[in-house]
Amino acid sequence: MSIIEVNKVTKKYGEFTALDQISFSVQEGEVFGFIGPNGAGKSTTIRILLGMLRRNAGDAKIFGMDVWKDAVEIHKRVAYVPGDVSLWPNLTGGEVIDLFLKMSGKGNKKRRDEFIERFQLDPSKKCRTYSKGNRQKVALVAAFSQDADLYIFDEPTSGLDPLMERTFRQSVQEAKDNGKSVFLSSHILSEVEKLCDKVAIIREGKIIEQGTLDELRHLTRSRVTLQTKEKVTGLSEMKGIHQLEEKDGEYTFQVDSEEMDAVMRHISRSGIVKLECMPPTLEDLFIRYYGKHEKAEAPGGRS
Amino acid sequence: MMKNVMQGFLPLTKLLFRKDRIKILIWLVCVTGITFASALAYKDVYKTDADIKGFAITMENPAMQAMLGPGYELEEYTSIAQVFGHELLLFTVIAVAVMNILFVSRATRGDEEEGQMELVMALSVGRLSYIMAAVAEAVTVNLLLALGTGFGLYTLGLEGFTLEGSLLYGALLGGSGLFFAGITALFAQLMETARGATGYSFAVLIASYVIRAVGDAEVEMLSLFSPLGWVSRAYVFVDNHWGPVILFAGAAVILILVSFYLNSVRDLFSGFFRPKRGKIHASPYIKNPLGFVLHQQRMNIIAWALGIFFLSAAFGSIMGELESYFSDLELMQMMFQHDQFSFMEQFSALLMGIMALFGVIPGMICVLGLKGEEKKNRTELIFSRPVSRNTVMATYISAAAVITVIMQLMTALGFWFAGSAVMDEAFTAGDIFRSALVYLPAMWSVIALTTFLTGSVPRFSATVWLYFGFCFLVVYFKETLQMPEWLVNLSVFEHIPEYPLEDITVKPVVILILLAAAVSIAGFFGYNRRDLTG
Repeated sequence: MSIIEVNKVTKKYGEFTALDQISFSVQEGEVFGFIGPNGAGKSTTIRILLGMLRRNAGDAKIFGMDVWKDAVEIHKRVAYVPGDVSLWPNLTGGEVIDLFLKMSGKGNKKRRDEFIERFQLDPSKKCRTYSKGNRQKVALVAAFSQDADLYIFDEPTSGLDPLMERTFRQSVQEAKDNGKSVFLSSHILSEVEKLCDKVAIIREGKIIEQGTLDELRHLTRSRVTLQTKEKVTGLSEMKGIHQLEEKDGEYTFQVDSEEMDAVMRHISRSGIVKLECMPPTLEDLFIRYYGKHEKAEAPGGRS
Repeated sequence: MMKNVMQGFLPLTKLLFRKDRIKILIWLVCVTGITFASALAYKDVYKTDADIKGFAITMENPAMQAMLGPGYELEEYTSIAQVFGHELLLFTVIAVAVMNILFVSRATRGDEEEGQMELVMALSVGRLSYIMAAVAEAVTVNLLLALGTGFGLYTLGLEGFTLEGSLLYGALLGGSGLFFAGITALFAQLMETARGATGYSFAVLIASYVIRAVGDAEVEMLSLFSPLGWVSRAYVFVDNHWGPVILFAGAAVILILVSFYLNSVRDLFSGFFRPKRGKIHASPYIKNPLGFVLHQQRMNIIAWALGIFFLSAAFGSIMGELESYFSDLELMQMMFQHDQFSFMEQFSALLMGIMALFGVIPGMICVLGLKGEEKKNRTELIFSRPVSRNTVMATYISAAAVITVIMQLMTALGFWFAGSAVMDEAFTAGDIFRSALVYLPAMWSVIALTTFLTGSVPRFSATVWLYFGFCFLVVYFKETLQMPEWLVNLSVFEHIPEYPLEDITVKPVVILILLAAAVSIAGFFGYNRRDLTG
């Protein structure tokens, strides 16, 4: 069952098109990664999903209900953590969490205290004295203490230290294990790589690629390190080989996924001593798409 | 050694002045400007010796002494200088104290808290240079204020404003200012936050006022323990005692030296009292939506309630002498045209109209706060939860309505409290409360307009202040400028029956309430349809 169903959603601000017919869906129990550079439209998408912004065209549903019209009904089962959490300076973290849980209507005192402990938050301090990371913790604690069916995170770990990032990942994993769905917007690729089942890449208001991580990897190149008994001939002329380098009989190159088979057949004739094949990282993907864009935008390259 | 701890003192002082120059200028111009303008106005208000003696007599009751200080013996009121010294000094001192608290707290703990001090201290700068620069800034500002006010008052050349008296008046402002600068410098060392430093310094100021009020009304001994009590003991423009100024200067020096010491023995960012641990759980009051908004508006409500109470009390307290000095003012005669009513009744009706305008301000601020929340990206935290836009907006409007009721009650209370103290034949409390509360429908209409703008066209929500300003102009100038009736009628406040001059009629009240409801609903409609930016 689709938890989130977005179909050709467009959002315009006057002449400027913030989102251009984006479509994607998140299935039940899935962790969905939404990645893109700053200003690509990630937060706009989320605010449309939250019923705060009105879309100009297209369809957007959560739990089968319209995100704008049925916002209040949908939010009974949604927990959200913004990227830049700003809180009421004169309330303490504990007060804010209680307030949030009261509003959500599904507060759980035990979980609240458990997550305060896990995220090592001091709930007795006024929000004005909290750092960015601590404000994020307040929102995270409130979100995880809530028994939601869908968690929406907008760059939730941008202020957290590595230990807390791990706590966050564990908490997301637990939610997933309990059959919850997660929508995670991020530009921290390693985080998305570790957590997500499916990924969509957005750039300049358009979704340029989406699918499972495996599917996306097929679209790109693997990095190969190779040592052979004999010299490999004709590698540089082969289709799908990029950035070939040879040093002391060791070859490194990148190979397009669809040419992998032909390349392997070719090199096996030379007697393989060592073969390392690295799957592309999301970062490679990302930079490839971003790089493409830069070339297209500015022929001759930028300084 | 000394050179070492002071390294960088001069450039830092320059930096602080550079940073605060506009604020300093505004404060100095306002305080001296209001002082000079009042002195000049007194010349027209108290024309004869009888006027002055009349003032002196009204001041002879405990309520007025609690408010303004003890004053002088009747025969000592020989010119407007004494009236001026009695009526204006204490409140100007309070304003100067507020200025010093804000400046010093900002330049010490405020800069420390925000990290600017850390940046500077990382340079080759002495341990005490920053606090010394802050003190130097305060000393300079107070000195400028003292000399400017002192010589300025003398230069106006009004009767009774002797050179010594004028200089003493200025010195009292500067001296008490420096004293409160010292208090704040001390609390800035003790507390860990600028808010704590400001808060405790204000607490000292308020406590000084209260102790002095009780002292001046009941037991004089008490007033000697209050720095604000010292001010009146200078008997400026009569005996001209310089003792209080010396006392202020001495106390300020001690306070400042103690803060220097505390500053030198503590770590950056630390204090001597940790901020008290806040509550770990939210009270049911905060968890209630209306309670939450009222809690957020707490300072807005308290500050305006106090201000309105005192302003209304101040108006109420001059009721007794109203007729004597308003009757020959042409402007006032134009404003008071109802022959069949006494001046007091007409004045109270006008006063209620003006006070209702003040009273609506905190209500407008409350509703505009909703837009502020959106700008600060805090509404997304609410609307991502199962809370409807209607609920949120209704909560803000209800809070604003509650606030306007509080303000009108404060107006009535202050007026009744002070009025009944100075008049033999006071209004009944019922009359006063009725004439204040009858303005609520007009105030709610302004709240409704604020709601409409915030809900539908948030970019222009501040334009509600234009309408507000217009209503203000109408109250003050509709007669003197002979505004056309249609223009006057555009102000909702003009449709409220001016009780007790007019009977309270149901029709305008009901129409205004319906109008307020309709405009609010349009605001709800817009708020439900528009994008929320954060």
